[in-house]
Order: sequence, then C-alpha cells, then structure tokens
Amino acid sequence: MATITLSNVSKDYGGGPVLRGMDLEIREGEFVALMGPSGCGKSTLLRLIAGLEEPSGGEIRIDGRRVNEVAPKDRDLAMVFQSYALYPHMTVRENMSFALKQRRLPPAEIKAAVEAAASKLGLTGLLERKPKALSGGQRQRVAMGRAIVRNPKAFLFDEPLSNLDARLREQMRYEIRKLHRELGATSVYVTHDQVEAMTMADRIVALNDGAIQQVGSPQDLYDNPANLFVAGFLGSPPMNFLDATLAPEGALVVEGQTLAHVSPPAGLAAGTTLTLGLRPERLALTDPTEGTAVRVDVVETTGTGRVVHLALGPQRLKLFTMDPRPLAPGDVVGLVAPPGAPLLFDPVSGARLS
Amino acid sequence: MNRTLALKLEPYFYTAPSLLLIAAIMLVPLVTGLSYAFHDLILLDPLSGDFVGLDHFREMLDDDGFWTALRNTVVWTAVSVALQFTFGLVLALLLNRPFPARGLVQALVFLPWAVPGFLSGLTWAWLFNPVIGPLPHWLHGLGLLATPENILSDPRLALWGPIAANVWWGIPFFAITLLAALQSIPKDIYEAAAMDGAGPLLRFRRVTLPLLAPTIAITVMLRTVWVANFAELIVVMTKGGPADATQILSSYIFTLAFQRLDFGYASAVAAVLLLLLLAYAAAVMVLRHAMTERP
Amino acid sequence: MSKTTPHSIGARVLHALALAAFVAFALFPLFWLLKVSLTPDDLMYGEGVRLWPSRVTLDHYGSVLRHSQFPLFFRNSLIVSAATGLLATAAASAAGYAFSRFRFRGKAWVVGVMLVSQMFPLVIIVAPIFRLLAPLGLTNSLTGLVVVYTAFNTPFAAFLMQSFFEAIPKDLEEAAMMDGATRFQALRRVILPLTLPGLAATGGFVFTAAWSELLFSLMLNSSAAVSTFPAGLLGFVSKFSVDFGQMMAAGVLALLPVGAFFLVIQRYLVQGLTAGAVKG
Repeated sequence: MATITLSNVSKDYGGGPVLRGMDLEIREGEFVALMGPSGCGKSTLLRLIAGLEEPSGGEIRIDGRRVNEVAPKDRDLAMVFQSYALYPHMTVRENMSFALKQRRLPPAEIKAAVEAAASKLGLTGLLERKPKALSGGQRQRVAMGRAIVRNPKAFLFDEPLSNLDARLREQMRYEIRKLHRELGATSVYVTHDQVEAMTMADRIVALNDGAIQQVGSPQDLYDNPANLFVAGFLGSPPMNFLDATLAPEGALVVEGQTLAHVSPPAGLAAGTTLTLGLRPERLALTDPTEGTAVRVDVVETTGTGRVVHLALGPQRLKLFTMDPRPLAPGDVVGLVAPPGAPLLFDPVSGARLS
Repeated sequence: MNRTLALKLEPYFYTAPSLLLIAAIMLVPLVTGLSYAFHDLILLDPLSGDFVGLDHFREMLDDDGFWTALRNTVVWTAVSVALQFTFGLVLALLLNRPFPARGLVQALVFLPWAVPGFLSGLTWAWLFNPVIGPLPHWLHGLGLLATPENILSDPRLALWGPIAANVWWGIPFFAITLLAALQSIPKDIYEAAAMDGAGPLLRFRRVTLPLLAPTIAITVMLRTVWVANFAELIVVMTKGGPADATQILSSYIFTLAFQRLDFGYASAVAAVLLLLLLAYAAAVMVLRHAMTERP
Repeated sequence: MSKTTPHSIGARVLHALALAAFVAFALFPLFWLLKVSLTPDDLMYGEGVRLWPSRVTLDHYGSVLRHSQFPLFFRNSLIVSAATGLLATAAASAAGYAFSRFRFRGKAWVVGVMLVSQMFPLVIIVAPIFRLLAPLGLTNSLTGLVVVYTAFNTPFAAFLMQSFFEAIPKDLEEAAMMDGATRFQALRRVILPLTLPGLAATGGFVFTAAWSELLFSLMLNSSAAVSTFPAGLLGFVSKFSVDFGQMMAAGVLALLPVGAFFLVIQRYLVQGLTAGAVKG
C-alpha cells in the first residue's frame, strides 16, 4: 500500500501538451477514479504512474520516493488493462504466476498464492485453461487475479470493464469494490463512465483537456460541481443548461418567464446573462397555472419513473419524475424548480458563480 | 537519468545489427561501385584505373547496345508487370471467396513463387525447346508460328520467352499481396454497398478498387523496380541474345562486367539505371500523394 | 420477396474453371520438368512432346546423385540457406520490433535506407563486395555467402516481421513489464512465442531466397567445393547442354526443399501481409 504523489506533471508527445502541470495526492488505501471523456489525458496519466510513459516535466513519487527514472518492473504496481492483455499462449495459472516467477519466488509459494487468488475470484476450476477458452467475464477476472496475486503497492485500472455487457459490468463493479475493501490497497481507476466513478470511488478526479477540473468525493462533485464540465459529466440524464438572465431580487428569467429564485450572488448585477444549471431530478411538475408554463415534447418511461423532454420557447430541458399524472406530447404543464436547485455558471468561462 | 538515456538508445540497439550489415555489405559497396562509373576500370588490365570524368556517359550516348537495352527494359518491365498484375488480381479475387479445398488450391497456385528464378528460366527455356518442349508445337498448331521452332533464337520474338517465364513466376507475388489486402477489407462495407443496391461489378469498381488502390500503387512500384533489375531470367534463357536482341539494361550491365570485364562502363550504365528507377519511384510516390490528397 | 443467389450454379462452375486454369498454368512447367526427368534417354527425342512417356526411369536421378557433385552442392546450399535464414530472421526481428514499437529519431532514414537497398541493380556491387571480402578470406567461402545473403535479405524480412509484430497488441508487453519483466524479457517470454508463425514464415522466405541466389554465388565462389546448387546446376547446363534428363532431375532435386518449405509457410505469408495491409 502506498501513497502516490504527482507534482506539476506534464506530458507532451511533440504535438502540444497532453497533460498540463498536474498536482495530485493519492492517499494510502484510497480508491481514486480518474474520470473524463476520451482524449482528456486520463489514460496517459495512468501510464505515467505505471512507468509505461515518461513525464515531460514534473515529478512522480511513490511512498515519497521519486520514480521518474524507475522502470515499470521496479515500481511494484499492478495494472489491469482494458483489453485484459492476458498472455494468449499461457494458461490461467501461468498467466497468474508470471509476475511471481519473474521475482523468482519458490514454486510452492507461487502455487499457494495463485490458488488463493483464484479461489477469491472463483477461478479455481479454470486454472488450466487458455484465455481463448474463457468468456469475457472470466477473462476480466483472470486479469484481476493476475494483479492481486502479486500483492502490489497499488492497483492501476485502465477502463477494465468497458468490454463487458451492462449486467456483467454492474456485477464486476461490486466485486472490485469488495476486493478493495478486503485488500485495502491504493487503487487508481481510469474510466469515462460517470456511473463507475460515482459508485466505486472514494474520490473522483475529473479531467478535461489535459487538466484537472475538480477533485473530491462523488457526492461533493455531484452537489457542488466547480464548472460546467463537471456539472455536465456527472448525472444521468445530464444536468440541463439554460440561457438565463438575472432579474432583480434573484429571479432567474428564461425566455421571458421566471423559472426560479436564488439569493443573488455578490457582485452580480441584475441584467447579467448566465448559464442556469438544473438537475432533471430536482425539478417537479405541477399545473400550468402554478409553475412556469412549458410544453411536453417527448416522454420516456424508465420503469422507476419518466424522463420528460420539455420545450421552453426555443430552449429544451429534461425532467425526471415519478409523478403519475397523464402526460402526452403537446400538453402544457407547469414546472417548479425548488430553492437550492439552481446552479449558476459563467457562460463564457464555464466557472461556477454561486 | 540513466534510464532516460537507456530508453533513448533502446531502438538503436535493436536496429544496429541490421543497419551495420546493410551499410557494410550494400551501401559502402554501392558508393564504391558508383565511383567506378567515373573511372576507366577494366579487369585484368593493369594500365586501367584512371579517372575519366563523364567519358563513360558520353560513350553511352553513341552506344546502340545501350539504347536497345533501354528500349527492351521498358518493354520487358511494362509487359511483365502488367500481365503479372492483371492475372494476379484475377487470381486474388478468385481465391477471396470460400470454396472446397481452398487451402490446397492456394498453396498450388502460389508454388511458382518458390521456384528459384534461374530454375524457372531453365524450365521455360526447355519448354520453348522444340526437341523436348511442347510449346513450339502448340504455338505452331495454333497458327502463331509458321514452323515449330525455338522462339528464343528468333531476334524478333526472343524477348517473349523470358517475359512468359517472368509472368508465370511473378503472378503469385501479386496474388498474395492483393489477397492479403482484400482480406483486410471489412465485410460490412460490401454488405452496406449491396443494401444500397450496388451489383457485383459496381461493388468492385466503387468499393474494392478504391480500397485496394494504396496497396496496388505500392506493390506495382516495388515490383516494377524489382523486375527492371531482374536480369537472371534473361541471362539464363538467352544470355541477351540472339545478337543482343533481348538485352535489358541489367543484363547488359552483367554482360559488360563479366564478359567484357569493363567494370567502369558497366558501373556507369548501372548508375543510369539506378537514376531512372529512383526518378520513377519518386514520380509514383508524388502521384500517389496527389491522388490521396484529392477529396 | 425475391432473393438473388450470389453464387448460382453457373457462377460456381465458372469460378472453378478459372481456378483450374490457374492451377494448370502454375503446375504445368513443373510437371514437364518432372516428366522429362523420368523419361529414359532412348525415348527422349522420339516421345519429346508426349504428355507422359511410355516408360519411366529413375536413372537420371541415380546418375545425378552418384556421378556428379550435386550432393555436395546440395549440402552447401543447405548450409548457406539455413544459416542465412536464421541470421537474417534474427536481425530482422530485432529491427522489425523496433519499427513496430518505437518512435525514434532517424527512423524515417533507417526505413529509407532499407527501401533504397532494395532498389538498385545488385550487379553494380559485385566487384566492390569481392574486393571487400577477398582480404578477409571470405571469397570462395560459405561464410562469405552467408554474410552477403543475410545483408541482402534483412530489409524485406524486417518489414515482414514488422507487420507480424503490429498484429500483437502492445498491451501484452506492457502487462509483462508491469509484471516485473524488462522489455527484452517481455519480448523473449511473451512476444516471440506469439510470433512463431511469423518467424517461421520469415525464415522460410529468406531460406528460399538464399537457396535461389545465383549471381553472387557464381561470382564470389569459383571453387566447386563451395558452389551452391544454382551455380552448380548452371555449370552443369553449360557443360552438358544436351543431357536433358539429368539436368531436369537435378532441377527437380533443387526444387524439393524450397517447394516443401513454401507449401508449409505460404499461409503465414498471407497472414503477415494481411496484418501489414491493415496498418495501411
């Protein structure tokens, strides 16, 4: 178990920076998710920690020791690859033994370690099979097994579940989380899937454009996003963003209608245009006479409730509701945004205002 | 810092053995060989060896043997490559669909490629020999030859002998590379084209050919250069004769060097051939670039 | 709904006939070689153009094997081709690996040098190579031929190996490196075992090329003791140009090892080229 510290780490392949001056402290035993869209630099960051790439600038420390010049094999980190990267010519047992043999452990010890890890992952009956003869889920487990058998300083996960179907992905999420609780090992988990980041991580590092946007607990990022990027990335259906104008006494006006009230933030004059963020599940329906009048566009049933697409003039927004009232496209309904729901952002910089 | 340096040097460590070998055995001798072009160098003549500047190249302008060989080189290369390519493409298309015993058939039709070049030359020379070969009799039977004689001893027809051997020998190369390229075209593109109502011919023209174009350009270019340099069949089958009628530049160089022992002049002709081939390769690359740039 | 069958009977018959024509064209010269080599001398001219002689004999093979130096030439060719196959494949694997896995300064130059080395008429370097090897005692020597052939065949073999390496995911050696292996250990324990078909195809390809080479064998080695099969056969042809039976028997013998090799590896050659083609 280890701490991993990044100070001002950058990476440039020659075509402009992929990562710009990153600072991050990953604490001992912590499960950290590096989350962002493809091309944001999250995988590069993981590969820098692994030692598979060299940083162009800055410093990486593991347990306080500078590792910039340390080869991956000497960092004692285990990595689970998106493709699993199982050695196709070796059996499951040989795959899991590889690292231990590389360390020249006695055969009896290797056997015991492999079998213990296999039983933990339910792979005992598959040890003599080649990866070709395994299902996707089983391969994923072998990849996990190859990592945990080594008892490394930290685990690195590079989108390990993205090749699985939805049901299996949910189950593996749970199992990885449980394994982490049992082993207590520092884990860095790269994902573009906000659900994985939300459900698994102790802390999320939201990345975009090679820079850290926000670091914090999942709930913290969800409730208090630092900017439009983080606000829009977390949550499903995603947060609504509307062009709004601040009226006197904190009224938020969209398309000529007052949609919500906030206690006006300091330094913002009435008449300022801003971006209003509203989570779909924080909105409620009511009669058109009571709330803001909006038109129903499309209704999607999810089982637990309904996602209602609404039109407010030329602007569109979504609402999630468990309200059973009948709804049909074209209906005009009332919309209510309770106090505390609105989040305000600067439309130019995307930074949070309130 | 040690690791950074080691990482930088690693690729050179892997490429060094090949590079050193190629430099020592091919590039340095090439430079030496090109320098002979500017010297009067005749083997076994102790008085030769002087620097003669561009004399050899001036000599070439008045050398009928050179011009005949240049003309023959163009015919030999163009006809051989065109036929190899056409038959190779047809064969690749035939092999690119499943049928029983495909593996065996593929192995058999590719077999000529494994036949050593000189041996295919000998074999075809024998096939054209009216005493033990069937071809003159067949050609006579078809009315293509007035008498069943050896075309290799007829100055007007002799070049077709090595060309036939070359086509036979070179079809598999094109078939293999084109088949490989065909197999890497995703099936769903064809399915999409079929859904859009394209018939087989249209699919070939609109889907297959454009997707094969890069492979075609590269293989045709490499093969052209290679065939232009390939003197073995001609040396083995006709020795450039009768009366230098089948001499191509590379076999002419061979004759100059090893029969007349005039290494200086031979190297000058080789330098010209190399220059022509480089110009050709550059032209193809520029053309290919221009074609892929176009939207 | 009417369904057009893409493979109607007529199309399938045409397809089969076209393939049969190609097979016949490919095999006929080799068949003729075999036929003449089995024809007894007394029938050679009388039945010269018959498809199969009325009597066959193995006499020509017997005299080639007993009364000529072909067994020696065969042995020389085998040594030279096998050694060239091994050395060129080893050098080419290393270079091909570097091409496929590293970005490095001068890479375009290295690739360019290798391409140019495939483009010039080799005749031009015969004399310089002779001058280079003679003082080292490498003319009239099998070792000298191995060195020269290895250099000639390494560039193409390197491109071939590159395409085989491209087909193997980078993740695999990265996983091995995370598992405590150096890059070289990862290459040896994980990547090379997976490229075995590619190594075999490349080795077979080089073997075939070395087995076929005539010019340098002729020019560098004048002594019969170190002649290879092609040089020996050509010498035989120019000396006994009418003894067709024996010449063709020798030809068939020359063909056997490369033909057998090729039938085994041609499948992998297509695979290797496919992998390369995918990359563009």
